[in-house]
Amino acid sequence: MTFLHWATISPFLLAILVPFLYKYFRKIHTGWFVLILPIVLFIYFIRYLPITSNGGTVSKSAPWVPSLGIHFDLYVDGLSLLFALLITGIGMLVVLYSIYYLSDKGEKLNNFYVYLLLFMGAMLGVVLSDNLIVLYVFWEMTSISSALLISYWFHREKSIYGAQKSMFITVFGGLSMLGGFSLIYVMTGTFSIREIIANVDLVTGSVYFIPAMILVLLGAFTKSAQFPFHIWLPDAMEAPTPVSAYLHSATMVKAGIYLVARVTPIFGGGPEWFWIITLAGLTTLIWGSVQAVRQKDLKAILAFSTVSQLGMIMSLLGAGSAAYYFNDGDNLLYTTAILAAVFHLINHATFKGGLFMAAGIVDHQTGTRDIRNLGGLMTFMPITGTISLIGLAAMAGIPPLNGFLSKELFFTGMLNASDYGIFNLDTWGLLLPAIAWIASVFTFLYCTILFFKTFRGKFQPEKLKVDKVREASFGMLLGPIVLITLVVLFGLFPNILAYNVIEPAMQAILPGILDAGELFAVHIAHWHGFGTELWMTLGVFAAGTLLYLTMNIWSQSGFYRSERDIFNYLYDNGYDGLIKGSQLITRAQITGRLRDYFIYMCVFIVLLIFYTMFRYDGFALQTSNLSPIEPHMWLVIIAFVLAIVAIPFINNRMTAVILAGVAGYLVALMFAIFRAPDLALTQLMIETISVILFMLVFVHLPKLKKDDTKPSIKITNLIVSIGVGLMITLVSISAFAFGSEIGFPSIKEYFIENSKELAGGYNIVNVILVDFRGLDTMLEILVLAIAALGVISLIKLRLKEGEDV
Amino acid sequence: MKKSKPNNMMLQTAMRFITIIVFAFSFYLFFAGHNAPGGGFIGGLMTASAILVLYLVFHRKEMLKAIPINFTTVIGIGLLFAVGTGIVSMLFDFPFLTHFFDEFHIPFFGDVELTTALSFDLGVYLVVVGAAMSIILVISGDKK
Repeated sequence: MTFLHWATISPFLLAILVPFLYKYFRKIHTGWFVLILPIVLFIYFIRYLPITSNGGTVSKSAPWVPSLGIHFDLYVDGLSLLFALLITGIGMLVVLYSIYYLSDKGEKLNNFYVYLLLFMGAMLGVVLSDNLIVLYVFWEMTSISSALLISYWFHREKSIYGAQKSMFITVFGGLSMLGGFSLIYVMTGTFSIREIIANVDLVTGSVYFIPAMILVLLGAFTKSAQFPFHIWLPDAMEAPTPVSAYLHSATMVKAGIYLVARVTPIFGGGPEWFWIITLAGLTTLIWGSVQAVRQKDLKAILAFSTVSQLGMIMSLLGAGSAAYYFNDGDNLLYTTAILAAVFHLINHATFKGGLFMAAGIVDHQTGTRDIRNLGGLMTFMPITGTISLIGLAAMAGIPPLNGFLSKELFFTGMLNASDYGIFNLDTWGLLLPAIAWIASVFTFLYCTILFFKTFRGKFQPEKLKVDKVREASFGMLLGPIVLITLVVLFGLFPNILAYNVIEPAMQAILPGILDAGELFAVHIAHWHGFGTELWMTLGVFAAGTLLYLTMNIWSQSGFYRSERDIFNYLYDNGYDGLIKGSQLITRAQITGRLRDYFIYMCVFIVLLIFYTMFRYDGFALQTSNLSPIEPHMWLVIIAFVLAIVAIPFINNRMTAVILAGVAGYLVALMFAIFRAPDLALTQLMIETISVILFMLVFVHLPKLKKDDTKPSIKITNLIVSIGVGLMITLVSISAFAFGSEIGFPSIKEYFIENSKELAGGYNIVNVILVDFRGLDTMLEILVLAIAALGVISLIKLRLKEGEDV
Repeated sequence: MKKSKPNNMMLQTAMRFITIIVFAFSFYLFFAGHNAPGGGFIGGLMTASAILVLYLVFHRKEMLKAIPINFTTVIGIGLLFAVGTGIVSMLFDFPFLTHFFDEFHIPFFGDVELTTALSFDLGVYLVVVGAAMSIILVISGDKK
């Protein structure tokens, strides 16, 4: 464990302390304690910047499960450092914002900050891990903490719905991804990403290439809300706004982007990767932007806008993967797409984070987020209004802000892709810039709607839930102001990022393309001359403005008036179907009669064992090598059989109990005859306790009625019990025959020889229980404990009449 | 349990003594376990049966007063003992659940072999007692 390891897991450690800080320092808002950590971590990670910008990387290793090839390996390169800085930097601003957003009276701050820190640690783990399994574990932890944060206000039905939905979709993707990782391990024999990249030929030449790719992409697409898995993100907006700004726009939803970028060297270069990612990204881009136009809720607009922007970055990563096909890193034609992806990733985090915080401020100060109720807020909230204006202008792609620069690069990337002349791009290539352009028009449109409907137009105080609208406090405004300043700064001087942050990240996404010591050409300019991109941008402004001005006409249509994404019906119906289907199966199976369950279990075991025995020809019926039965054994056996056979025919409960006890004691006697005192003792104790138990409950039991069970049931019982008896007999005789035939050495010799020597005990049974097989015993007593708790809860929490699970 | 209120003076008096012997024997079984028949499992069952016999003879209310133990907690303590024994060996850089034993000379008892397996077995013992007792008490105490 190095310092880097401790830094990565430090949020978890602080999370343990948070409940105590909350409890014992009630006067101070818990957020102030939490705020220290992201600041320290941000400064810590900044110190890596000189290393990565000189082309260096840092890797630290710590063993976790070495026998399975799972090491807690951390790896800092341009890409992971960029994400680490985003996570801690935005995290810092979000925590600061949350201190003012969530009041320390009435809110469960301890829960909130524990979840938030869990997320921060998990996300740092995702981006810094080099080992796929470690990455997967952290990945699922982000899903869990995200669901916990969405359901933070758990008394609201919609919060629970949103949390459940996000959990289902992202965990489904996570599990698929685990399958993909396992396939990669099958192909390469390692979980380390760097080693896999070094042996990439093993992957590209394998039959599992396509299945592994699709499974990994399912993980990335569900997490990054790509079409058609995007539906969870808008419902995740039930989370408190700091969470939406942090997880659901700036960091967590970019984990999928990160994963795609990280595995591009493994899967990239072929047509499948190119088309799947580019098309998924572009579909998401256009679908999200069109849906965003239909929304009326500020956060819903921003949510769909996030979906659409994520699609844009995704499509750029797809288009950029072609650089591997040409294996040419010097040519700007191939690398611009990756450059645009990294640059837009940063830009999106800055302006979208600021916009979410501004939306939260509007909600906090007016009590509503519905744009039909808002209007004219510029007069009352000039700072929030300005923040939103700059953020939205950047998103719409208006110069000179950073969004304009990355959108131009995006157009360039898409236009370049249509010039590649590979993967059928000569026929379908024009589709890419065309979709990009249409989607940008809608992006421009919803940005315009968002600003003008909220901050301009008529002020409608009667529709607001507060008496007087004021500007928010300075602390709350500080976070968005910082982010929006960055938007302007990166817009005016984009090249401060170029070789410090963007180029190292590109090196990490496209390793091995350049010769050692070479750098990608990164030059971001405002003015490219009168190229196609410029005309496309101007076209976007013109068409977007036109659509906004004609809004009165089309806003009456059904398209605008309903706002629910149609894919939700698919999810809802699928969910209902799943619940109904499982209820159906459960009802058919769980009858409430103990007898049925017993039959299920017995029949299943009998069939399974008989099948295996027949399949592998396992019967060996020899009686020659069995020892003879002594006369006194006959007596025991006859008494035993008589007792057992008599029980079903007896109508008196007391007699039946005693007969069952007789059978049990006779078994104990047999154990004693065969010199197994431990077994005999245990059997005696069990019999005694069960008889006492019967005595204790005897008075409560109903009178044994005259036997009126149907003959069919009786016959079933008979068949099942004969089957079980037959199976046990055949299996034990065959096992014995095989043992003496093949000379299969019994493991008992080992225990006999080593019991005293290794464990210091003469009683082998006990030594096996507590020492040689101690882990088994530990799990057995755990099962016993669970069974006891199960019995208690079954009896104490009995369902009332008519209640159903 | 309410109905079992007959005047069983003889039984009650006898049981006071008999259970002491049963308890003593169960402890013997528990400690002897490593080298002779017995051990945590059998010892636990024996203890449970001794307590049960008391429940059979005396009133439930009196018993709750005489043995004011929450047997569900006993299960938890037992599990802690078992898992804790395993973890302690990890602290000394041995694999989980490595046991150690040695001979010691203790005055009065003479040469005694002590082993960490005993503390693991104590866990087993407690879980068995706790589980058996809490299951049986909840079944017999059920109103229906």
